[in-house]
Amino acid sequence: MDALTGNITSEQDRWKYLDKIRTRPGPNTNRQVFDGSNVVEYMSKMRVLVIGAGGLGCEILKNLSMSGFRDIHVIDMDTIDVSNLNRQFLFRQADVGKFKAEVAAEFVMKRVKGVKITPYNCKIQDFDEDFYMQFQLVVCGLDSIEARRWINSMLVNMVDEEVEDTYKPMIDGGTEGFKGQARVILPTVTSCIECQLDMHAPRAAVPLCTLASIPRQPEHCIEWAHVIAWENEKPFPKLDNDDPVHINWLYQKALLRAREFNIPGVTYSLTQGVVKNIIPAIAATNSVIAAACCNEALKIASNCAPFLGFPDNNYMMYSGNDSIYTYTFKHEKKDDCPVCGNLARELTVDPTWTLKELVDSFATRPEAQLKKPSIRAEGKTLYMQSPPGLELQTRPNLEKTLVDLGLEERQEIGVTDPAFATVMFKFKLKFAIK
Amino acid sequence: MTEVIATQTPPLLHKPSDKERKYDRQLRLWAASGQAALESANILLVSSGAGVVGVETLKNLVLPGIGRFAIYDDEKVNAADLGVNFFVDESYLGKPRARALTELLLELNPEVQGDWYPNGEVKSLEPLISNDEAPAFTVIMYTYPIKPEYLSLLESYSQKHKTPLVAIHCAGFYSYFQINLPGPFPIVDTHPDETATTDLRVLAPWPELITFAEELTKDIDNQSDHEHGHLPYVVILLHYLEKWKTHHDGKVPSTYKEKTEFRSIIQAATRTTNAEGGEENFDEAVAAVLKTLVAPSLPSGLKEVFDYEHTDPDEQKSDFWIIADAVKKFYEEHKCLPLPGKVPDMKAQSEVYIKLQTIYKTKARKDAAEILETVRATPGGDKVDPAEVDLFCKNAAFVKLINATGGGKISSKADRLKEVYVYHSPHTAQEVANDEMAEMTLQPLSLFPIYLALQPTSHRVDLNSPPIKAEKILEEVAKLVSDADKNEKVIDAAGEVARAEGGELHNVSALVGGMVAQELIKIITKQYIPIDNTCVYDGINSRTQVLRL
Repeated sequence: MDALTGNITSEQDRWKYLDKIRTRPGPNTNRQVFDGSNVVEYMSKMRVLVIGAGGLGCEILKNLSMSGFRDIHVIDMDTIDVSNLNRQFLFRQADVGKFKAEVAAEFVMKRVKGVKITPYNCKIQDFDEDFYMQFQLVVCGLDSIEARRWINSMLVNMVDEEVEDTYKPMIDGGTEGFKGQARVILPTVTSCIECQLDMHAPRAAVPLCTLASIPRQPEHCIEWAHVIAWENEKPFPKLDNDDPVHINWLYQKALLRAREFNIPGVTYSLTQGVVKNIIPAIAATNSVIAAACCNEALKIASNCAPFLGFPDNNYMMYSGNDSIYTYTFKHEKKDDCPVCGNLARELTVDPTWTLKELVDSFATRPEAQLKKPSIRAEGKTLYMQSPPGLELQTRPNLEKTLVDLGLEERQEIGVTDPAFATVMFKFKLKFAIK
Repeated sequence: MTEVIATQTPPLLHKPSDKERKYDRQLRLWAASGQAALESANILLVSSGAGVVGVETLKNLVLPGIGRFAIYDDEKVNAADLGVNFFVDESYLGKPRARALTELLLELNPEVQGDWYPNGEVKSLEPLISNDEAPAFTVIMYTYPIKPEYLSLLESYSQKHKTPLVAIHCAGFYSYFQINLPGPFPIVDTHPDETATTDLRVLAPWPELITFAEELTKDIDNQSDHEHGHLPYVVILLHYLEKWKTHHDGKVPSTYKEKTEFRSIIQAATRTTNAEGGEENFDEAVAAVLKTLVAPSLPSGLKEVFDYEHTDPDEQKSDFWIIADAVKKFYEEHKCLPLPGKVPDMKAQSEVYIKLQTIYKTKARKDAAEILETVRATPGGDKVDPAEVDLFCKNAAFVKLINATGGGKISSKADRLKEVYVYHSPHTAQEVANDEMAEMTLQPLSLFPIYLALQPTSHRVDLNSPPIKAEKILEEVAKLVSDADKNEKVIDAAGEVARAEGGELHNVSALVGGMVAQELIKIITKQYIPIDNTCVYDGINSRTQVLRL
């Protein structure tokens, strides 16, 4: 240890700047809820869960550790890939192949003395309510809508109105290129991820007939190779998006098809981008969004300043493409939200549809986005995806029309999906003949 | 078994290099050209105060692979740094902070070079930036508080070498940063939204396009459902426009009423007796009417370029301005911009779509060739890269000029503050007055009070001096903008600045470090559009505002 200073850097010296803000009220602090004398102690005991140890996750772990949180847990099932190194700054070339959560936790603990980070190299779905109940705050840096929806429904369903500790604020960040968003969800109090789902409409799929017979864009050729050629030829038992040999096979197929139709622009990089649905990502944007999330975490934990989610604004949109533009607003809670609302959501359907058409439509509706829905209607099971026995029994219903199945206008149906085990999506049918 | 299959796989035509794999996610944003610009960039950070925002910015530039950086910082690492700065650790206590920051930053990317100052050889800022042998800095950034003598050194360097200068100030929940560009800063590769770039010229088709559309539609009513359902929507629009013109004295639909009427005509022409009960291509045509039937006009960004009056003769001889002048000549002659040549995807047979694409591309090449000819005839135009002309033609409608009015002279800090007071007072007063209006109209509140409240601490370098009081801050603000000290928002902001006592909050510095890094990437790569010229951040309400100051 340096002889000049010794190793006695007191905690007060070390957190000097932070404590000026979190332990002393400012002009904007709500003094009714703020107790500066208790903040340091409270925050050091608070247990915070970070979901994702990738681009946002690395930043979040750094920021929380530098904000006075001492007991942090992090979940990520992924291992480190070389393409992470341009932004996931806790990882080095030598870490490629190791678990993200583990490497990130170890790095931050080594750099910031006194912080404890517990890594979990697994999926969020591997844990149950008891696990999530131990945290006081959840910060998400995820790249999939599905995972966000899962944890959102978990946290909303955990709320017991009588028990204050069951309300777990969730802070969620997301980025794409120079753009991103940070939002705060107070389960059952503010609008939730499911309420906001239509803001993340799935990309419109290219019609199969375009792929099969009239390709025009390089992407059409790549999708053809991906969806049709691969299925027909099965060059390898299972497509692995991360295997360059597999991507190269698709690239070569796409290239041949593009030549046949005189379509320019198929490249290896584009092939990889289309097949893996790659979203451009840079350190700078992750830095903005992760810090916006952790700034809210500090304010929520300490009450040292008003935070998003209360009373009005709960969502910040950020765009850096053309100058810098942020839009901070209140996203309204939806009474017919399948996760946090009480009312069934109206669902416009064509009564002449078969049940199969209804089932398929759930995947593409921006407000539903359910890939494997099972459907019940007031006491009747119409279609079940699993178990296999029940699937077999209900399968004949798929060919029947909604009318034939006895469904009526204004009738409520319940939809479940294995991706959201705890949620029953309630819909009220509205008939409209196309 | 796997081996047999593997040998059937054709060899990689283009195996991505290690670097391409590492930088894949960013190359999709700024391509190899942007990456090359980053890799040749050399950035100087002059850091002081709590010293976080500067290193957080550099982190976001080292990761994507800038060429090199240098950090100048007089401070030694102390205990308080450990609680706010991630790029120091216990082993550096008492050692130069510039060294800690540099060494820990360099761990992030082995391809980046970095130096720290003052060191054994270079003992102060002056020799560092007056060394003409050393490679020039691409951008200089400094963080407040800063010694006034350092600031004037940096400003004169910036003026002499035409180097962009970035100032950053963070205190508690508040921050602003300001970019001083040395002159007008044009950007061609602005990356507009894909949907905005469609320019199909259906109101002014050229002979090849007309012939193509006529060919495809000459027997439109007797076409099979398959043929009819695969006419590209551009062709549908052209066909019904011709018909419309014959009934309207050769005029195209121009008013909203006429356009909706025209839209109904196309809607009515959709076949519904086919198997699908409708036609996707006609739906596309209907949806395109209002966006596509727009008379050409000169976009404001390009107008600013065309109207720009040069004060610096050297500037005028740059490639950008030579091309801009040629495009202006083209515009004056043809009353339209060069065709960008991109055709959006639309329902069509592959072969027909490719032909249509070729017609647009050929016309775009012809326009670009005409502009290149003008460029070549201009003094100095013989060295211009044709690829630059092509890029300009493709993006002409979205070309943007930043800092069109400012630039040139950068005065000393003291003079600049006076300038703000003398020249910007009306503007300043206006910003503050708008705020009173905003409360009534519920417009987002101005963040200018935050900028004002941060000014008085710009040079309070010694963090151990007694903390500045809110009253003192207001007193100083009143010297800049009289009566601003009575504005409630300014009073609040002064209270927040005083609360921080010159300290940074890690999150705020990380956030602002992200924004500044985005801006530097835009300036270095000359892609996307940088701010013009000041961005204020409010971490209490999670908002930003860009102001021209």
